[in-house]
Amino acid sequence: MPRVLINLPERATRGEIIEIRTLIQHPMETGYRLDGNGARIPRDIINRFACTYNGEEVFRAELFPAIAANPFIAFSTIATRSGELIFSWTGDDGQTQIESRHIIVE
Amino acid sequence: MRILLGATLALLAAAAMAAEVAPEQRRSGYDFASPQVRAMQDDDTANPGMLWVSGGESLWTKKAGLAALSCGDCHGDARTSMKGVAVRYPAFDATLGRPIDLEQRINLCRTEHQRAGPFGREGEDLLALTAFVANKSRGLPVAVNESPELKPFSELGDKLFHRREGQLNLSCSQCHDDNWGKRLAGNVIPQGHPTGYPVYRLEWQSLGSLQRRLHNCMTARAPILTSTAPRRWSHLSSI
Amino acid sequence: MNKAIRDLVGEAEPQQSKVKLELPSIVENGNAVPLTVSVESPMTEADHVEAIHIFNQKNPQPYVAVFHVGPRAGKARVSTRIRLADSQRMVAIARLNDGSFWSDSADVIVTLAACTEQ
Repeated sequence: MPRVLINLPERATRGEIIEIRTLIQHPMETGYRLDGNGARIPRDIINRFACTYNGEEVFRAELFPAIAANPFIAFSTIATRSGELIFSWTGDDGQTQIESRHIIVE
Repeated sequence: MRILLGATLALLAAAAMAAEVAPEQRRSGYDFASPQVRAMQDDDTANPGMLWVSGGESLWTKKAGLAALSCGDCHGDARTSMKGVAVRYPAFDATLGRPIDLEQRINLCRTEHQRAGPFGREGEDLLALTAFVANKSRGLPVAVNESPELKPFSELGDKLFHRREGQLNLSCSQCHDDNWGKRLAGNVIPQGHPTGYPVYRLEWQSLGSLQRRLHNCMTARAPILTSTAPRRWSHLSSI
Repeated sequence: MNKAIRDLVGEAEPQQSKVKLELPSIVENGNAVPLTVSVESPMTEADHVEAIHIFNQKNPQPYVAVFHVGPRAGKARVSTRIRLADSQRMVAIARLNDGSFWSDSADVIVTLAACTEQ
């Protein structure tokens, strides 16, 4: 399972805009590279990233091969209520990796 | 001042043994990187190398081998026990009678104490653990090891560093001692310090060891030091 | 790239305002170029950015990413890292909830490393 690093505050005040930074280990193979024999290395990228907050989607990204390997995505969201943020990364193979984090909003 | 290497090399063709970089002139590869690369390195939340450090953190507590021990079972909290460790390597191993690097030290623990199979070189697990351990020495200066047992190895390394090799008939020293700061085909030549490894190299889009980096320099058309392990370790001891 | 942009905006002409696309003007290594795009917007239910589309001019494909933000975002500002195969122009187009398009562009010079490494 690719390693993931998620950075967001553990606590926030209601209404505060928080920044979330994510990193996932993935080669993001573009599909344009040639191997030693001259054959194309097939494309294999994470093509979708999404974040839900207490079940509601608050951010989504469609990614293409131009995104660098080990994709870094930083975005913001409003700290509304305490609860769970779920992050998902979906690859070309259709598999999705999911991570969750809690936030306390006072 | 940037001078094309090609022009400078012609002048160096007959040069005697090149001079080492004077201590007050020593600069980290960091100084030669662009502001964007430096910003990426400085930010733990954005530095992709941290993915491996975090992987190493998980491995630290994972029990392994016939002894069913984790690193942490013997070494406790890495933040204290591993501080200052990475900077002491390569270190002389009395049993083997030669210097070993941090990766080999980790594998010795793994085979002798955990009684598990060794990690493969450049494998994900060894890179992650090495990165994790090295991270605990962040900010500390590399402790140059002057012990007498290491002397023959560092002397050999010193010779190899200055020896011309390969199709281009270049020694490490000609680039890294004599032409650091100048450009070679779009890249700034650094002084070649073996610090900060394992490193996330943008050309690899992945973390890699010092060996891999040396390998890359040498595939620039020179015989590759593969199983001649003692020579490689002597390189490290000399730098 | 122009066709891809046309496919997105149709007949409309994006106004070159509100959007700020930040990229270094000179890049030594095209493997990991930091990119930040932001749009001036109150990000309320009534007035917000729905999506930000990033295009590049000379990579094999024109698309880089599409960021779907919305009123829960607080601010329309996203950062990532991209790959650039050559010196080229980057374009960011934001679509607001009222259907309007706004854009910004940035030119990046990429000095490529001569050696690709194993």
